Amino acid sequence: MTATLDIAPDSAPVDLQGKGQPLVDKTFRWILFLCLAVGIIFLAVLLTYVTIKGWPRLTPTLWENMPSLRRPERAGAQSAITGTLWVIGFTALFALPVGFLGAVYMEEYANPASRFTRFVEINIQNLAAVPSIVYGILGLAIFARALALGQTVITAGLTLALLVLPVIIVSTREALRAVPQNIRHGSLALGATLWQTTWRQTMPAAVPGMATGTILALSRAIGEAAPLLLLGAVTFISFNPTGPFSAYTTLPIQIFNWTKESREEFQILASATIVLLLVILLAMNAVAILIRNRTQKRW
Amino acid sequence: MSEIHDPDAPQSTSDMAMTGRMDVSAVLEGAEIPEVVSNIVFDLANVRVFYGDFEAVRDVTMQIGRNEITAFIGPSGCGKSTLLRSFNRMNDLIPGARVEGLLAYHGFNIYAPDVDPIEVRRRIGMVFQKPNVFPKSIYENVAYGPKVNGMKVNMDDLVEECLTKAALWDEVKDDLKKSAYALSGGQQQRLVIARCIAVKPEVILMDEPCASLDPIATAKIEDLMKELAKDYTIVIVTHNMQQAARVSERTAFFTADVDAQGVRHGRLVEYGPTRRIFTAPHDPRTEDYISGRFG
Repeated sequence: MTATLDIAPDSAPVDLQGKGQPLVDKTFRWILFLCLAVGIIFLAVLLTYVTIKGWPRLTPTLWENMPSLRRPERAGAQSAITGTLWVIGFTALFALPVGFLGAVYMEEYANPASRFTRFVEINIQNLAAVPSIVYGILGLAIFARALALGQTVITAGLTLALLVLPVIIVSTREALRAVPQNIRHGSLALGATLWQTTWRQTMPAAVPGMATGTILALSRAIGEAAPLLLLGAVTFISFNPTGPFSAYTTLPIQIFNWTKESREEFQILASATIVLLLVILLAMNAVAILIRNRTQKRW
Repeated sequence: MSEIHDPDAPQSTSDMAMTGRMDVSAVLEGAEIPEVVSNIVFDLANVRVFYGDFEAVRDVTMQIGRNEITAFIGPSGCGKSTLLRSFNRMNDLIPGARVEGLLAYHGFNIYAPDVDPIEVRRRIGMVFQKPNVFPKSIYENVAYGPKVNGMKVNMDDLVEECLTKAALWDEVKDDLKKSAYALSGGQQQRLVIARCIAVKPEVILMDEPCASLDPIATAKIEDLMKELAKDYTIVIVTHNMQQAARVSERTAFFTADVDAQGVRHGRLVEYGPTRRIFTAPHDPRTEDYISGRFG
């Protein structure tokens, strides 16, 4: 419909309707949406499937009882839950300080133009792509055998720490790089040392990004089964770890063990445990988001 | 020659704004000052600044006087900011940057090998083009410098003193715990100045401090600079010639030489009392620049 305002009698008609949205635009929009939908639908189907299948066993016995091979209807995953917490605790203990400080060196101290820095940089990026089973072989050779730490919580923690270290370093560097350069210069111009500037300005400003990257890295470590299989976590464990040198099992290992069993009760139990693992992962991601939001609000 | 034209000038700070021209005598204040700098803080002799092989500033010789406001003017790429940043060794932060010649502060070469750049920067503060407040509260922004320098002072008193000196106290005294990001651009820049004077420097370097501010905020910063000049030595880089004429005692005009390869090298053309530079420049290049015939 056209406007009914007064117009000069001799003015040419103005076409503001154009040719409408081109077909390419519409198609592209739908392709983008479909790509997103594929990911979401598969995840939803997977979640629904395991939840329905594991539903009968999503009871307190799942986290109150120990695993049992003879009586699957009363078996639980308590030793796997505590084992996961122990292992991931040690992973964080080893990986976080080393990862953060390594990233700080790369980003704040090292000369970006030097050959050494560029060499390290390329290697870290490549390490992030190394299959986790390779880390398992490494952990078996060095921590379990050469250092004689055996099949213990600490071996698993160290191995998983190596596994997630590149991810933590890369994400921490990204977070540090996102801090505006003029914050650093402002601090240095006041006579602060590089250490003071890094510790009091750059790192606090990078906390949101560091937290997000870290939790995502640890979430990956929680879900890992392959390197731990190599490290000898396959054995049947029906007690909670008592310390760093205790034997252990973790949730992915426990799930792996149960899915190997032929009896239907174990399949149900495995599904229920998968749901439990997903809940823990979601909780960790929620914590990451919480930390990010809270630290961002401060400024 | 009594008129200068600057198309980038703020458009409402004074009577010259309507025409883009100004009567210099209305803006230039104070008595005539001698050509020779008497109370020398910085003594530069044949200073050259390099970025790698690139010579950004060529052969600058000048003296900067105590409790004076010295303005560096000139077109973009003439090396004035580069030179300013070498006064407190901020150029050290750029890989490959180095300074040749003698840059002396009270007679001591600040590029001598045994000089600690941290100590230099504590005595020679800096205000940047973009207000770079820290992502912390207003109070913490001011208290940061004294804290990292280990100054034993009553912090509450110092924060109040510095914010008062920076003409910001009345506006923020009830919001000291609020984020500095909640302030306007002009307030942030005054907070940066308060933060700078909290470490009790002798010199304040200002690198286009009003470039991102509106004319009203600019006028406030200019008033503040004149007030601060009683206690501090100020060196300011500005693209705004009216600003140089309004606030400074002395003006240095820089320009860029283009060499055979098309590379621009900054050099000092003329340096002297602001009144003389704007009314009777010796060098025709200065004359062209201040009268808007540059380039």
